[in-house]
Amino acid sequence: MNYYVTDNTAPSIPLADIPEVSYAAFYDDVAARLAEPRYHVAHYFALPDGGRLRFFLLLLDDAEGRVLVASHAMEYYDDMPLPSLTARHAQMHPFERDIAERYGVRFDAMPWEKPLRFPHDRFDRRSSMDNYPFYSIEGGSLHEVNVGPIHAGIIEPGAFRFICNGEQVLHLEIALGYQHRGVEEAFAATHNRLRQACLAEAVAGDSAVAHAEAFAEAIEKLSGRPRPAELDRERAVALELERMAMQIADTGALSMDVGYQLGQVASEALRTMTINTTQAWCGNRFGKGLVRPHGTDHPLTAEKAAMIRRNVAEIARRYDEVRRDIESSPTLLARFEQCGIVAENEMQRIGGVGQAARASGLARDIRTSHPWGVYARELHHEPVVMRQGDVMARLAVRSREVARSAAYIDRLVAEFEQKYAAGESPCAAPDYEAPLAPSSLSVGLVEGWRGEICHVAVTDAEGRIAAYRAKDPSLHNWLALALAVRGEGISDFPICNKSFNLSYCGHDL
Amino acid sequence: MALFTTLLLLAAALAIPGLIARTRACLAGRKGIRFAQHLYDVRLQLRKGAVYSTTVSALFRTAPSVYLASAIVAALMIPVGDLRPAIAFDGDLVAFAYTLALGRFALVLAAMDTGSPFEGMGASREALYGALVEPGLMLTAATLALVSGYTSFARIFAADATGDLQLAVLLLLVAYILVRILFTESGRVPVDDPRTHLELTMIHEVMCLDYAGVDMAMIKIAGWLKSAALAMLAANAVAAPLGGRWWIAAPLSVLLAGLSIGVVESTQARNKLVRNTTFILIIAAMAALVFFAAYLLRLNIIVLE
Repeated sequence: MNYYVTDNTAPSIPLADIPEVSYAAFYDDVAARLAEPRYHVAHYFALPDGGRLRFFLLLLDDAEGRVLVASHAMEYYDDMPLPSLTARHAQMHPFERDIAERYGVRFDAMPWEKPLRFPHDRFDRRSSMDNYPFYSIEGGSLHEVNVGPIHAGIIEPGAFRFICNGEQVLHLEIALGYQHRGVEEAFAATHNRLRQACLAEAVAGDSAVAHAEAFAEAIEKLSGRPRPAELDRERAVALELERMAMQIADTGALSMDVGYQLGQVASEALRTMTINTTQAWCGNRFGKGLVRPHGTDHPLTAEKAAMIRRNVAEIARRYDEVRRDIESSPTLLARFEQCGIVAENEMQRIGGVGQAARASGLARDIRTSHPWGVYARELHHEPVVMRQGDVMARLAVRSREVARSAAYIDRLVAEFEQKYAAGESPCAAPDYEAPLAPSSLSVGLVEGWRGEICHVAVTDAEGRIAAYRAKDPSLHNWLALALAVRGEGISDFPICNKSFNLSYCGHDL
Repeated sequence: MALFTTLLLLAAALAIPGLIARTRACLAGRKGIRFAQHLYDVRLQLRKGAVYSTTVSALFRTAPSVYLASAIVAALMIPVGDLRPAIAFDGDLVAFAYTLALGRFALVLAAMDTGSPFEGMGASREALYGALVEPGLMLTAATLALVSGYTSFARIFAADATGDLQLAVLLLLVAYILVRILFTESGRVPVDDPRTHLELTMIHEVMCLDYAGVDMAMIKIAGWLKSAALAMLAANAVAAPLGGRWWIAAPLSVLLAGLSIGVVESTQARNKLVRNTTFILIIAAMAALVFFAAYLLRLNIIVLE
């Protein structure tokens, strides 16, 4: 079958160059490729194109760093159900559910037509948020426990329905979609690129830098304008700072959930120090406003560079003590080890990404497989992989990534100090007016702290963004959480949940 | 005399939560809240009314009073060193254990009454751990009765036999077991975590989710009294070989409970829920061993005479 083959550094793709094939050919080839572990789906979406609906699939080849783009289409009046790929490869489920929910496309033999981004079936008028039919199992000794969608803590809405036999969880169904925000539509509704950049930062608040970077990548590929290497370095520093902050925060949160006070307070203090470093750099603790297309409002200066290096070294040193403390404490190991296991083959089957996948032995890291910017040129990142797939493995991946990120930041900032500390920064101010290639598709692929982030921008004939698709790694990994708690005690759900720390809004968009 | 004992016990009950909070804050490198913050919190709750769900019956409304009453009665049976308690009769050590159990029973029923799956879960856990902790408590009481020859706490700690230095080791072990029972009964790490916000992991706290205001205050005060009663028992056991005077036992109970709970909560993680049963059964096993050791010692003493 025909694919348009590209990689994560190539410019945008003219829509006319993407070969369009029949669904039968598409189905056979994608199904065959997904059977190989080297391929996974980054995105699969449909766009109305005149009277037709055109489907695009982005397939990532982890072994060779390629991005394969495939396309098929259906006519407006086609109501033949398409054979479902989910039935053969579970990792397709969020995408097929999304397409079905958005455009009413029917997929034949779809294992479970569960709504994705709405808490009810949009096409059934009798269905509402109140009567969503949760999966249930009959049995006298079973009972159901419902948590949410309004949580006791002040977090986002999402319903968890446990089916338990005593303390043991047999099944967990996660229902999301209570805050459908229409983010993707909002991208196309405005042509103000600054507004779009702010929107990208709001896709998931804990990954503001990563999403802004994916947006900037997509836009810069469309404009085709080269950027200075220093800008790439500064973006990587911002991204790694965000990674450090979140991994440390989650170490603290895991400690809190098992009632381990020392780990909690130490991690909270370090996380504050990390985000305050970001704030001292750009004025926002979460790095909002730091990454902008074609330039930056906050170029590094000699003082800021020295401050970042000093803080990061201190954080890395102190965090390492916390890590050693946790790894040598028997009461903590007893809680974290052998808890919430997701096996590698399961992770592979559901298309898990990011640190959760790496904790299960799946070496998926965009920084390694599809490097961009500074990761392609200078940092040759080796993914941190653990095999056990339990809570401890996810925690260990986090703590090792913190050390890795600190080393990268130090190296990149040192490079800045050598080259530009005395003189002028080579980074220009952001440009929100750069003309974009018309009728093209462009992909921004970034490894955020949680995993692979994929933004797709499609322009119209005038070079304006006509459609935008953003994917947070949570979309893939929520199912991993549901699998992790099977067979576990229900009281261990919170630490399993925290070890993934998935985003509700990143899923709901 | 009995009034003074009661006042001492009340003082211990009010001081222990403050000391726990202060210990935890120190170990976390924080300044900590003021010592009497828990009293201000409860005063606030006492001023509020109570809100009831429409699904609950009178059972739910009466449970906090029953729980508090049982804690008060149980606490009144505990001597402070050589001071007599307000209530003392032969066999009050059995009455003590089952008065506490009555309070728990009321709270478990109330939790089931709400019909909430969380509270049902908490109730089942509390009932299980309550049942498991009973043999430990009874065997410890039996050990005390065996070494002293009396079945009333007041007489046990006033007796000369418990002052015997030969029994010091035994009494220290009894105190250790009582402190572990205290951890379980008052829902502290490693059995339960009173600070957690995660309903799915809670044991005692989840049963009180539907309570507010006055009811919540009663449950809290009852919890303090329960902790103080058990801490005082443990302190009495330690103080007995040292002469068993009240001015040793009373401060000791506060220090014993406040410091041990504070240190454990700062440095340890909670047990996995399934391992709680092991933790509690170990208490019972140790209590059985201590009882057996006490029995052997007593045989020996009789032979010597």
